[in-house]
Amino acid sequence: MREELIVSGRMNPHIDPQLHIWEWQIPAYLFLGGLAAGILFFAGYYFIKGKSEEYPTAVKLAPIFVPVFLALGLFFLFLDLKHKLYFWRLYTAIKLESPMSWGAWTLMIITPLSMVWAALHIKSLFPKWDWKFDFVKDIIKWLEDYKTPVAWAMMILAVILGIYTGILLSAFNARPLWNTSILGPLFLVSGLSTGAAAIIIMSKSSAERHMFAKIDLVLIAVELFLIIHMFMGFRASTQVQIDAASMFLGGQFTAPFWVFVVGLGLLVPASLEVMELRNKKIHYMVAPALVLFGGLLFRFIMAYAGQMSRWLY
Amino acid sequence: MRYAMAVDTKKCVGCSDCVVACQTENNVPIGYCRDWIVEVTDGTYPQLELEYRSERCNHCENSPCVRCCPTGASHYSDGGIVLVDHDKCIGCGACIASCPYDARYTHPKGYVDKCTFCEHRVKHGQDPACVAVCPTKCMYFGDLDDPNSDVSKVIKKRKYKTLIPEAGTNPQLYFLI
Repeated sequence: MREELIVSGRMNPHIDPQLHIWEWQIPAYLFLGGLAAGILFFAGYYFIKGKSEEYPTAVKLAPIFVPVFLALGLFFLFLDLKHKLYFWRLYTAIKLESPMSWGAWTLMIITPLSMVWAALHIKSLFPKWDWKFDFVKDIIKWLEDYKTPVAWAMMILAVILGIYTGILLSAFNARPLWNTSILGPLFLVSGLSTGAAAIIIMSKSSAERHMFAKIDLVLIAVELFLIIHMFMGFRASTQVQIDAASMFLGGQFTAPFWVFVVGLGLLVPASLEVMELRNKKIHYMVAPALVLFGGLLFRFIMAYAGQMSRWLY
Repeated sequence: MRYAMAVDTKKCVGCSDCVVACQTENNVPIGYCRDWIVEVTDGTYPQLELEYRSERCNHCENSPCVRCCPTGASHYSDGGIVLVDHDKCIGCGACIASCPYDARYTHPKGYVDKCTFCEHRVKHGQDPACVAVCPTKCMYFGDLDDPNSDVSKVIKKRKYKTLIPEAGTNPQLYFLI
């Protein structure tokens, strides 16, 4: 039998024997970024459609938590940096070819926007909220007039934020598992799905919950379609991508991915949502909680498995 | 100007002198290396072939690391040498993930570090430390745009390969076979 044995003298920390440059911070941020993008998208969309009263959780309540999610995500990103004091260098350059640069600038705009939106709606969560200073009240009053452009900007930037979390990974041709253009749309749809799930959990109106359960069902269907498509693409591609896919088709990630991400994170919540829409008695929090869990685990698995996939030479 | 390096796999004995020379010349932190030896045994027993390669950053013409760097820290210097500007590097790891050769690492001080083709020596007309120290003289360095440079001459004469050219990086490290 013909064999090839490769022995390398290199043993650099976090590089060998297997790349492990990104730890929990990156998938945790990707999850929070996707979740924030999902919530902001629905907030902007339903505000523009004039359905603020019909879907108050989506438009007013849920977005109040987004600045917290984004701040936490940014903190995780900061933790990941190894040359921390130089982080401001992200904002001394605009690099169109670097998805990370795109992401940094998108976050720079969408984070303050989400804060503005939260400030405009904080009273729906805390009715006794008082801004204390008159100039803050004046600014809020002034911003009230610009809600529609803010909603549009939020919606568009949310799509960019959601899709960039996937493109960030798909741009690395050195990691065959990530190197598929499906990853951008897949992360976007998954982010929207976790956003819808968060809205269901926070909502007190069953009409709103049913609406978002329907939306979530469509998103889950699209997600399954994209996941199957991704693996079809890998299987029909070059050896490195066939090897990358085999980690999920018989390899070490098979059980966690198909049982927990696809099964518990997509199929089970989809079935529960169908049953709930048919008025079966199921606690309304179970399905969205599973969707959130699946979304988080999906990002962890993709981040770790991607670093294990590599070119052979 | 287009700097490149050729490594003669028929002459290399895998002694790792180039590795040590680089670590000394560039104060590479202990436990890290910018160049390394790869030993490939290939064939069907007992017909086996052994190949030694002294590998390092390929100073690719189409570098994914330069493309994905969000701050411009990774950049092309004179002659196409790919360098990291330590004062611009935030240590995000994007370039490390983007390199199909895994030629980069995070320096204990936080910034990303890698082979520089010994730019500090090359600009004074000297060879990189690894090339200069090689006891079998298996490495050639020079300007590909100059037909009389060591590397141009040897590449013209000999068969060679590059590592994973299918990754689309257009590597500038040539292995004579």
